[in-house]
Amino acid sequence: MAAAKRALPWLASLRPISSAAAGSFPKQVKIVEVGPRDGLQNEKNIVPTQVKISLINMLSETGLPVIEATSFVSPKWVPQMADHTEVLQGIQKFPGVSYPVLTPNLKGFQAALAAGAKEVSIFGAASELFTKKNINCSIEESLQKFSEVMHAARASSIPVRGYVSCVLGCPYEGKIAPAKVAEVSKKMYSMGCYEISLGDTIGVGTPGSMKEMLSAVMKEVPLGALAVHCHDTYGQALANTLVALQMGVSVVDSSVAGLGGCPYAQGASGNVATEDLVYMLHGLGIHTGVDLPKLMEAGVFICKVLNRKTSSKVAQASCRL
Amino acid sequence: MGTVPSALKHCLSYQHLLKEQLWIGEPAAPPSPHAGEEFQISGLPEYVKIVEVGPRDGLQNEKVTVPTDIKIELINRLSKAGLSVIEATSFVSSKWVPQMADHTEVMRRIERHPGVRYPVLTPNLQGFHSAIAAGATEVSVFGAASESFSKMNINCSIEESIEKFEEVTKSARNMNIPVRGYVSCALGCPYEGNIIPAKVANVSKQLYSMGCYEISLGDTIGVGTPGSMKKMLEAVMKEIPLSALAVHCHDTYGQALANILTAIQIHQGGIFISVMGVGVVDSAVAGLGGCPYAKGATGNVATEDVIYMLNGLGINTGVNLYKVMEAGNFICTALNKKTNSKVAQASFSV
Repeated sequence: MAAAKRALPWLASLRPISSAAAGSFPKQVKIVEVGPRDGLQNEKNIVPTQVKISLINMLSETGLPVIEATSFVSPKWVPQMADHTEVLQGIQKFPGVSYPVLTPNLKGFQAALAAGAKEVSIFGAASELFTKKNINCSIEESLQKFSEVMHAARASSIPVRGYVSCVLGCPYEGKIAPAKVAEVSKKMYSMGCYEISLGDTIGVGTPGSMKEMLSAVMKEVPLGALAVHCHDTYGQALANTLVALQMGVSVVDSSVAGLGGCPYAQGASGNVATEDLVYMLHGLGIHTGVDLPKLMEAGVFICKVLNRKTSSKVAQASCRL
Repeated sequence: MGTVPSALKHCLSYQHLLKEQLWIGEPAAPPSPHAGEEFQISGLPEYVKIVEVGPRDGLQNEKVTVPTDIKIELINRLSKAGLSVIEATSFVSSKWVPQMADHTEVMRRIERHPGVRYPVLTPNLQGFHSAIAAGATEVSVFGAASESFSKMNINCSIEESIEKFEEVTKSARNMNIPVRGYVSCALGCPYEGNIIPAKVANVSKQLYSMGCYEISLGDTIGVGTPGSMKKMLEAVMKEIPLSALAVHCHDTYGQALANILTAIQIHQGGIFISVMGVGVVDSAVAGLGGCPYAKGATGNVATEDVIYMLNGLGINTGVNLYKVMEAGNFICTALNKKTNSKVAQASFSV
C-alpha cells in the first residue's frame, strides 16, 4: 500500500475499503441503574419505603452492577427521598453490586456516610441558569460545595461519581456549547470524581450533537471515565447511546421501566428504559451481565405499585398484562 | 436530577429551544467542521427521502376502522407537510382487509399535490387493475423473507407470491407504472424466528430483477437491533445497489431509531466510496399502527421522531416537522388515541 501511495499520490486520501458501519463497539458495557433514585424521584406518586427496598432488592438479583439507591437531600426539597436512611439501611447489599447515593453537599455526605453509604454522587451542570434555578448558586459556587464533599470522601476512601446535566441542551439557556460541557467535566474529574456521567437532561439531543459534545469532552476526560445518561423525551435516547458506544463510551445510565417523567414537559417521558437498552446491547453482542427477564419482572412490579404503564417498549411487547 | 419547582415548567427559553430544534424542514445547524474531525459520523447521506405509510400501513393496523373522510383529510394534510411519498391505500379484497375497503373512493377523492406520489398496495393483478382504474400512478407489492409468514399472510409460498408479483410488474411496465417492492420479516419472523440475511438478499434480488425500482426492507416485528440490521444490509447490498434500498423499521422493542441510524451510516464497499448510507426511510405519522403479533405493542416508527433525528443530524428531508405533528394531532384526535410519537408527546404538552 505504501508503494502504491507513492506511485499514485491521490490514493493516500482514500479511506480503506470497508462495508462496515462506522465504528466498532465495546465488548462490555456497565449499566448504571438509576430507577430507584432518578426514576422514583420524578414520578408523580410517592412510593412507600418497603416498596423501594423491594424494588432495589429485585434489581440486585438481575446482575446489574450499579444501582443508585437514594438521595441524601433535604426532604423539604425532595419529599420522595425523605426515607433515604431507611432505604439505604433496609436494602440487601449484594456482593459485587454498588449502591451509590446522591449527596449534594457536605451535610448530605455525612448523613449518607452515617447511614452506611460506600459510594456517593454529586450533580453539576453545564448551564449557569440551570444551576441557579436548580440549586440556587453559580456553577463555580456549586463546584466549591462539591470540593468539600470530595475532600471528606477522599478522607473516608469513598468513591465519587460526578454528573453533568444539560450536556445537549438546557430548558432555560437552550443550546449548550460542547466546550462548556468539557470544562465542567474536566473540573469535576480533576477534583477526584472517578467517573463523569453526561446527562441529556431534557432529551433534546440527537446523534449529531451527542457526537460533537463527546468529541469535546474526550479531549479533557479519559474515555474510560465517561458515561452517558440519555433521556428519551424525544425518542432519541437509544440512537444517542448508540453513537456514544461507537465512540467507545462503555458506561450507560438507564432506568427500569423508563421510570421518571420529565419535569420540563408535562406528560413526556424521561429516562431511557433499562429493558430497551439491554435489548439493544445484547442484540449487538455486548456483554452487560444483566438477566433481561428478571429485569422485566422488576419493571412489572414497580409499575403495578405505581399504577402506571411501563415506558419500556420491550416490556410492552413482551408482557401480556 | 435535582429539584424543580413547578413554576419553572413553562419557561420561554425552553419554548425557544423547542422551536429551534423542531424547525420547519430546516435541519438544525450541522456540527461545526472543526469539532472532533476524527469522529465525524461517517458517510451520512445529505438527503433522506421519507416514505409516509401512516394512511395505509398505519391505519390498516389500528383497531378502529377509520371513516373515509378522515382518511382523505389525513392524506391531504400530509400532502401539505412536504412529504414526497404518501402510501394512500391498499387494493386488497375487503374480505381480508376491511379497513381498506374504501380504496377506490380514497384514491379518487384525495388532493393530488404536484411533486407528491401516492403509491398503493396491489397484491395481485386484479388489485393492480382496480388501482389503475381508480387513478393510481404507482403501486407496491409485498413479499417476505420467510416461507411461514408468506403462507400465513397471503396463503402461498414465496415462490408462488413472486409469480403473482411478476404478473403485476409486467403489466405495470407496459403502462409505465413504477413498482416498489417490500420484503417483510427482514430481521425476524413471528413464526420462524431468526431469518438469515442471505434469504432476505435472495428475495430482494428477485423483486429488484423483476422491475421494482426500490426495495423496502421491513423489520416487521421490530426485533432487529443495529447488529442484525448491519448484517442484513451487508448481505442485501451484495445484490442490490444501496441507492435502491429503503428501511421500514418497527419500534415494537424501541429499536427503530437506532436501527435507522445504523442503516443511514452503512457504506457500500469499493475502492471509491460513492454512495453513503441508506437514503430512504419508511415511517408513519404519530407512529400509527400497532403490531398484530404482540397485543398492545407498538408498530411503525413515528415520522415525527425520525425527522427530529434527521434534522438534528443536519440531514435534509424537505419535510415540515410541525405540519406532520399537526397531522398527527388530527388523526389521534379522530381516533381518540394517544400519539406514539415522543416528539409529539413532549411538544404538545408544553
